Amino acid sequence: MNDIAKLEEDTLRQIAEAPDEPALEGVRLAALGKKGAISALLSTLGKMSPEERKTEGAKINALKDKASEALAARRAELAEAALEARLKAETLDVTLPAATSPLERGRIHPISQVMDELSIIFADMGFAVAEGPDIESDDYNFTKLNFPEGHPAREMQDTFFLAPEAGEKKLLRTHTSPVQVRTMLSQKPPIRVICPGRVYRCDFDQTHTPMFHQVEGLVIDQSTHLGHLKWVLEEFLKSFFEVKGVKLRMRPSFFPFTEPSMEVDVQCRRQGGEIRFGEGEDWMEILGCGMVHPNVLKNCGHDPDVYQGFAFGVGIDRLAMLKYGMSDLRAFFDADTRWLEHYGFRPLDFPTLAGGLSA
Amino acid sequence: MKLTLSWLKEHLDTSATLDEIVETLTRIGLEVEHVHDPAAQLKAFTIAQIVEATQHPNADRLRVCKVDTGAGAPVQVVCGAPNARAGLKTVFSAPGTYIPGKKITLGKGVIRGVESLGMMCSYEELDLAAESDGIIELPEDAPVGSVYAQWAGLDDPVIEINLTPNRPDAAGVHGVARDLAAAGLGVLKEKDILPIEGRFPCPLGVTLDFAEGEKHLAPFFGLRLVRGVKNRPSPSWLQKRLREIGLRPINALVDITNFLTFDRARPLHVFDARKVKGDLVVRRARAGETLLALDGKTHELDETMVVIADDNGVESIAGVMGGEVSGCNDDTTDVLIETALWDPQNIAHTGRKLGIVTDARYRFERGVDPDFALPGGELATQLVLELCGGEPSEWVIAGAAPRDRRVVDFPWSETQRLAGVDVSQAEATAILERLGFTVEKTGTERGNIAAPSWRPDIEGKADIVEEIVRIYGVDNVPSAPLPRPEGVAAPVLTPMQKRARNARRALASQGLVEAVTWSFVAKEQAEAFGGGSPGLALANPIAADLSDMRPSLLPGLVAAANRNAARGLGDQDLFEVGQIFIDPSEKGQRLAAAGIRRGLAGAGRHWSFPAQRAGAFDAKADVMTLLGALCAATGGLQIIPGGPSWFHPGRSGTLQFGPKAVVGYFGELHPRALKALDVEGPIAAFEIILDALPAPKAKPTKIKPKLDLSDLQPLSRDFAFIVDRSSPAGDLVKAVAGADKTLITDVSVFDVYEGVGVPEGKKSIGVAVTLQPREKTLTDAEIEAVAQKIVAEAGRKTGATLR
Repeated sequence: MNDIAKLEEDTLRQIAEAPDEPALEGVRLAALGKKGAISALLSTLGKMSPEERKTEGAKINALKDKASEALAARRAELAEAALEARLKAETLDVTLPAATSPLERGRIHPISQVMDELSIIFADMGFAVAEGPDIESDDYNFTKLNFPEGHPAREMQDTFFLAPEAGEKKLLRTHTSPVQVRTMLSQKPPIRVICPGRVYRCDFDQTHTPMFHQVEGLVIDQSTHLGHLKWVLEEFLKSFFEVKGVKLRMRPSFFPFTEPSMEVDVQCRRQGGEIRFGEGEDWMEILGCGMVHPNVLKNCGHDPDVYQGFAFGVGIDRLAMLKYGMSDLRAFFDADTRWLEHYGFRPLDFPTLAGGLSA
Repeated sequence: MKLTLSWLKEHLDTSATLDEIVETLTRIGLEVEHVHDPAAQLKAFTIAQIVEATQHPNADRLRVCKVDTGAGAPVQVVCGAPNARAGLKTVFSAPGTYIPGKKITLGKGVIRGVESLGMMCSYEELDLAAESDGIIELPEDAPVGSVYAQWAGLDDPVIEINLTPNRPDAAGVHGVARDLAAAGLGVLKEKDILPIEGRFPCPLGVTLDFAEGEKHLAPFFGLRLVRGVKNRPSPSWLQKRLREIGLRPINALVDITNFLTFDRARPLHVFDARKVKGDLVVRRARAGETLLALDGKTHELDETMVVIADDNGVESIAGVMGGEVSGCNDDTTDVLIETALWDPQNIAHTGRKLGIVTDARYRFERGVDPDFALPGGELATQLVLELCGGEPSEWVIAGAAPRDRRVVDFPWSETQRLAGVDVSQAEATAILERLGFTVEKTGTERGNIAAPSWRPDIEGKADIVEEIVRIYGVDNVPSAPLPRPEGVAAPVLTPMQKRARNARRALASQGLVEAVTWSFVAKEQAEAFGGGSPGLALANPIAADLSDMRPSLLPGLVAAANRNAARGLGDQDLFEVGQIFIDPSEKGQRLAAAGIRRGLAGAGRHWSFPAQRAGAFDAKADVMTLLGALCAATGGLQIIPGGPSWFHPGRSGTLQFGPKAVVGYFGELHPRALKALDVEGPIAAFEIILDALPAPKAKPTKIKPKLDLSDLQPLSRDFAFIVDRSSPAGDLVKAVAGADKTLITDVSVFDVYEGVGVPEGKKSIGVAVTLQPREKTLTDAEIEAVAQKIVAEAGRKTGATLR
């Protein structure tokens, strides 16, 4: 009797005192292993009388169960402690910086972003995007657009010419209007296109660079008039500047390739270096436009008594400056990474109509 | 074009305010660029009289004055001007006044212990003169207390119009007034110009010496002598007119021509008759002829230019500038007045070629009113007689002013058709007539509309519409929705446009920053990157380093990286998508995408991984990502070691779909190319010609190819091969993959090693091969068979042996 009680006491104490898994396993083997103390007791049962076996058996089995339970409990305890210790050892300094994602570092130039915005707005109004070469002929850049030879209007645009080795007199287009010419020469009306691209003029200061970007719009059909032009410009500017409405002021002006010709001012408020559209008392000149000149239609093979339409042109860089607040055009082409990081857009900043043009 | 308000009112009877006039001018297409009211900043300066001037107790050079300002008791002013004396009428400003000439606001002061309550001003302080030696001295009758600027007649605002080249008529005050009158802002003052009878025949003859077919160069030339004139400074009203628009009065005869240039858009010329020898001949200049012109320069002339010559040679460049020798000065007693018509194109050409910009050229090259040539001469005669006296000759006239008027057959519906606004026939007619057009009704719906002689810009119906709408008010045109395509907007971008767009997003997603650099680079830069051909050089570059169309995006990006390095930003990851130029033809312009990485690649220095300098494989990663994003069919893509001369020969690769279908390059830039750009390397770079990539195949539906998933697990086996050091890993991978095209689904290089354990001149390449069982699990024997095939194939194709 005393033996069983003593064994129980010893075994449970050893289990409780086992410092780790291997020690606990040693205790288990010493008690419940093949040659363990409790196993040895169990093996004595066979030599007992049935009565004895009944009472002693129950006691020994109870001891065995108790030991097993205690073992399992201690094992769980030790595992928990081991996990705690491991976790403690594994602690990281989470204030250390993670490596930045390329998405974090990459930037889209504001000109590209604005071009994307423009194509989205105009695609919705049914305009395709037309393109053409930067190196143009005098014919497409001037003559077909109703700039008479030697006319002072040609001097309005300081033209870069290519060296005579280029063969036929070639120049860098001064506007994207030659793309309009190419479109009218190659397509039958109805025509609705915008022509974004690089253009070149021999000029260099804070608001003029020898290369800049322009988008022109062209609609040719049998019914489009000045009122439509006005509506398209209103919709375009409203949508582009992401305001509820814009107020435009049209002023008669002169361009060789449109008649009537107009310059368009947009109402704005200048406030602490910021420009807001759709409010205020100031006017800002923003673009030139007009009805396509009958001579241009004729030069491109369309009867001006049958076909008509409008054209407009606006600086893309200027639009970007007005919307996003850059002050110096020259910085657009300087590739200063500090500027690009600040004014550039993130790779996944896709302008959409559904989600809005800008974030 | 500049004019003053009072000058305008000589031609326009109006009660409109300056603001109304300015606003209307802009509204009808004569855009007011600037209004300068010299009186605006002088409103607070009044006329005052010094009542008493005594010596300052503490300063020899100062006086203490009591000044009557016309408002209450005299105020005390300390003044340092030597001419400050009792009784003097002068200009006073009270404390708080902004002094424009000094750019300060006057305060109350105590000067050397004496209080001073204002200031007496000099012309300099009022910004009316560059310097002055004392306070303003006004005449006895100047009214004390009045605003000085008003009293002095300085309150005549100068209006500057940004004139469009189609409106030569508005290059004269009279024409501007006509437009304003047409817009309902007053009544045009039409003065009859009476011919002045000649008292004697003009002693000089004039010949227009032009071949048949060239007579348009000088269609009309009128000349008249006025003898016995007394040339002198112009009267003050004329000097004031000219000064206010920024012209320098010279002498009455010259001033008269300048006045009429601006008053009537009628440039004239005056010769000193005594300096002219023989008859005048109007002709083409001869090569080698020169003229000392009124600008003090000697100009070399050629046959393309028209001149007025006499027996002495060339006396004047037609329509552009007169000669110094035959010009009028104070000694002139006999003056020849020239009024002529010239060919606008020829004048423009001559002016441009000689680099002469004059008010005469400006008007002649835009087209002056042919009908006003002679009346303009009469006006000039009248002014000469008025200001200088003398006796006029008869006119000698050569040629004739063209009489043909353009008549437009105009359907009144045209305004609605082009402008979308319904202006009644009556209103349109009234507008046109106010502008000087004549309207002849030819039916209920049409009219014959003749443009006035001063409107050379009117050609056809659209011009008539513009005139009507311009005056009616462009802002009154109602906006009308452009009919929209029905339903959801269809996509509009071309495949190439989408490609450019996707390329930008893909490269930015690689952590590259998009730059937009000039399309032109320096010649050395162009040459270092495969360009610099004479056909792509600009004839008139804006700067020496922007002289040649770029043959590649790389020089611009490298130069940009260099600029950034100079700012202390050494690590650069830049890209650009844009045009490059192979030759001047249309097809010679290609769309490229290029990127560079310099310094520490990507995330830079980081505690968790070693910092690495950007190298050829960073460029390769960029370019492969780009190709993947563009969904270009890259199946046939080959990577050939080496690149063009601006790449490191041993650290670059050429991307191609065959020897004649090169699409781009990647690698490290050649040290020589970097040296040409004066840049420190290494720089990793790539460039792809986007429009050289094969177009994605057009498919009838958007259905993707069927997905073939196997239930059987793939298995992987590693091989270590020994190959020659120079043997490309790409060949080995290709050989391994070709060993069993059904089972092998992937081959990847996981290790490259040279050194201990590998023979000299050799390298070890570790390759992981993925096998995908197709119908049943592979037995060990089957796997072994594939492995043997792999080893055999690698050995046969590349000489590789198992390590």
